[in-house]
Amino acid sequence: MSTTTAPAEQGIYHTAGSLRSERRWALWSAYISLVVAAIIMLAPPVYMLLTSLKTSAEVADQSGSPWWVRNPTLENYWALLGNRMFIDFFLNSAKVTIAVVALTMVISVLAAFALGRMRFWGSQALATGVFLTYLVPDTLLFIPLYQIVGGLGLLDNAWGLVLVYPTLTVPFCTWIMIGYFASIPKELDEAALIDGANWMQMLWKIFIPVALPGIIAATIFAFTVSWAAFVYPTAFITTPSEMPMTIGVVSQLIRGDTFAWGQLMAGALLAALPPVVIYAFLMDYYIAGLTAGATKG
Amino acid sequence: MAQVSLRKIVKAYEGGVQAVKGIDLEISDHEFVVLVGPSGCGKSTTLRMIAGLEEITDGEIAIGGTVVNDIPPRDRDIAMVFQNYALYPHMSVYENMAFGLTLRKFPKAEIDKRVKEAARILDIMPLLERKPKALSGGQRQRVAMGRAIVRDPKVFLFDEPLSNLDAKLRVQMRTEIKKVHQTVNTTTVYVTHDQVEAMTLADRVVVMNHGVIEQVGPPQVLYHSPATKFVAGFIGSPAMNFIPARLEQASGALRLHLTQGISLDIPAARTERYRQHAGKDVLFGIRPEHLTDDKPTDKTNPAPLTLTPEVIEPMGMETLAHFKLDGAEISARLDPATPAAVGAPLRLIAHMDQMHLIDPTTDKVL
Repeated sequence: MSTTTAPAEQGIYHTAGSLRSERRWALWSAYISLVVAAIIMLAPPVYMLLTSLKTSAEVADQSGSPWWVRNPTLENYWALLGNRMFIDFFLNSAKVTIAVVALTMVISVLAAFALGRMRFWGSQALATGVFLTYLVPDTLLFIPLYQIVGGLGLLDNAWGLVLVYPTLTVPFCTWIMIGYFASIPKELDEAALIDGANWMQMLWKIFIPVALPGIIAATIFAFTVSWAAFVYPTAFITTPSEMPMTIGVVSQLIRGDTFAWGQLMAGALLAALPPVVIYAFLMDYYIAGLTAGATKG
Repeated sequence: MAQVSLRKIVKAYEGGVQAVKGIDLEISDHEFVVLVGPSGCGKSTTLRMIAGLEEITDGEIAIGGTVVNDIPPRDRDIAMVFQNYALYPHMSVYENMAFGLTLRKFPKAEIDKRVKEAARILDIMPLLERKPKALSGGQRQRVAMGRAIVRDPKVFLFDEPLSNLDAKLRVQMRTEIKKVHQTVNTTTVYVTHDQVEAMTLADRVVVMNHGVIEQVGPPQVLYHSPATKFVAGFIGSPAMNFIPARLEQASGALRLHLTQGISLDIPAARTERYRQHAGKDVLFGIRPEHLTDDKPTDKTNPAPLTLTPEVIEPMGMETLAHFKLDGAEISARLDPATPAAVGAPLRLIAHMDQMHLIDPTTDKVL
C-alpha cells in the first residue's frame, strides 16, 4: 500500500514545492529589480545631499572617494538661508504656485463637471480638445506665449507666470477630474436633482466631497508642475527679485564658470522639500485619485 | 398627495427608436401602481419621464392636475428610490435624509422632526449617525426610502428598488414597502421586472411590453382574466402552459382537440363565448396550478388527460412535473404525495373553468 501511495504523495509535494520555489523566484527578482531601481533613483539626491554638506575646498579636492564627506558642514545651508535673495526666490515660488493651484482647481473642477456631467452639444469634442492641448509641449508654447505675456505687460513679473502655468496644469487636471466624476454613479446626481439641488449645489455639496481624492490628486499635480516649472520662468523672467526657486538658484549660484556646487545642491534640496512633504502626507489620496476609474465599482 | 396622468406619452431616441409608444394611464390619489414587464419594455423610461429625468418626446404628464412636461424634477414634488440606492456616500444617514429638506430651507426643528419620524417608521433610529458604507443592503434601501418619506412628496417613484437585494431580504423589504405605503398613503409608482413583486404590492398592475401597455388591472384580474397571451404568460409562476389545439363543435357542446388525439370538453358556461370560433385553430392556455393530479376535487368541469412526465421537481409543499406535448413544454402542479415518476404515464385533471383560449393570429385572449 505504502509503495503505491508514495509516488502520488511525492507528486503532490513536488507540485507544491515548485509553486513555492516559483513564488520565491518571483519575490527575489522583484526585490532585486526594486533595489536596483531604488539605487538608480536615490543616487542623485543622495549625492546632492553629500555635496551640500561639503565645503567648496572639499568639493574641488580630487583625491579620495567623492561619496565620503570628510568635514561635514552646514555652512552652505546657512549661507543660503541668510541670503535675502534666496528667501525671495522661495517666496516667489510659493506665491506663484499657490495662485496657480487655486486658479487651476477652480477652472478644471468647473470644466470637468460641465464636460463630464452636463450633456450638451459638443461636450465630447470639447473634452477631447482639452486633452489635446496638453500634448503641446511648453518648449513650443513659450514662443507665442512670450508675445501674449509681453502684450499684457507682464514680462519679468512673477504674476505673469500665474497666467501661463495653467496652460500646463488645467488640461491635465481637467482630464483627471472628468475621469473621476465619471466614476460617480449617474443616480447620485439624479437623486440630488430630485432632492431639489441645482447644478451648483450638486457640484458643491455632492461632487466635490465625493471626488475629494481626485481633487487632491489634481492639486498635487498642479503643485508639482508649477513648483518645478523651468522653461517659462527662464523665458519670461530676468530680474532676480521676480525669479522663482528653479531659475533663481541656477542663475544666482552659477557665476560665469564658477559653480558654487555646495550651495547649488543645498538650494536644490531645499527647493525639493515642499513637494516631498506634500507627497508624503497625501500619497494615499494621490494614488486613489489616479486609479479611480480602474478600481471604483 | 395627488393623481398622476399620462396622456399619449411617447419617448423616442435619436435614430427613431421608440422606447415608449404613446401610452395612456390614470393613477388615482393614494394608489399604488406597479409597472411591470421584461427588460426593454419601457417601464423605467416611463418612470423617469414622470420624474423629469427623461424628456418627453410627445404627450403630456400631469401630477396633481398640473402639466409637468417642462417643470424640472426638483419642482415636481416627487421623491424617487433608485435600484442602487444612490445614497450620498460622504453624508451620514441623518444628513442623507435631511438633504432635500435642507436644500428647501426647512427650519432645523422641522427637519429633525421629520427625519426622526421617518427613521421610526423604517426602524433605522440607531443608524442615523452612520455613513452609507457601514450599512447592509437592506439598511441602505431603508435609508433611501427614508429620504423619500421625509420630503412628504405628492408622488413616490420606485425604480426596481429590491433588485440588488438577496432573495430573502427582498421578500422582507417587499412587506416593508407595503407597510410604509399603508402608513404614509402616498401615491406610488413602482417599477419592477418581477411579477411576484408586482402582484403582491400593487393596487393595480400595469403590464408593459415593447413600449405599450398590454393590460392594466388589479392583480387578481390580471391573473384570472388576462387580455393577451403576453399577460397570460407573464403573470403567474411557473408560467401558463400554451398548447396548440382546435376548437370543434360536437352536438351543441364545444370540444377542444389537442394533438395526439387528446380531447377536452369546454364547460357549458363558456360555450356561448367561444362558439363563433368553432372550427378554428386556437391556443389552449392553462396554468400549472390548474393542471393537477387526478384526485376527487370540488372544482367543476374537470377534464382528464394522461401524460408522461419528463422531469419531476419536488418543492416540498408541491411537486412540479414537466411534460412535452407535441413540442409544447407543459408543467403541472402535483400533490407531493402523488407517486409520480419520470417515464411513467400520469393521469392529470385540467380544471377547465380556469382555462383560456387565445387566438394565435392576434395573441388576444378570447
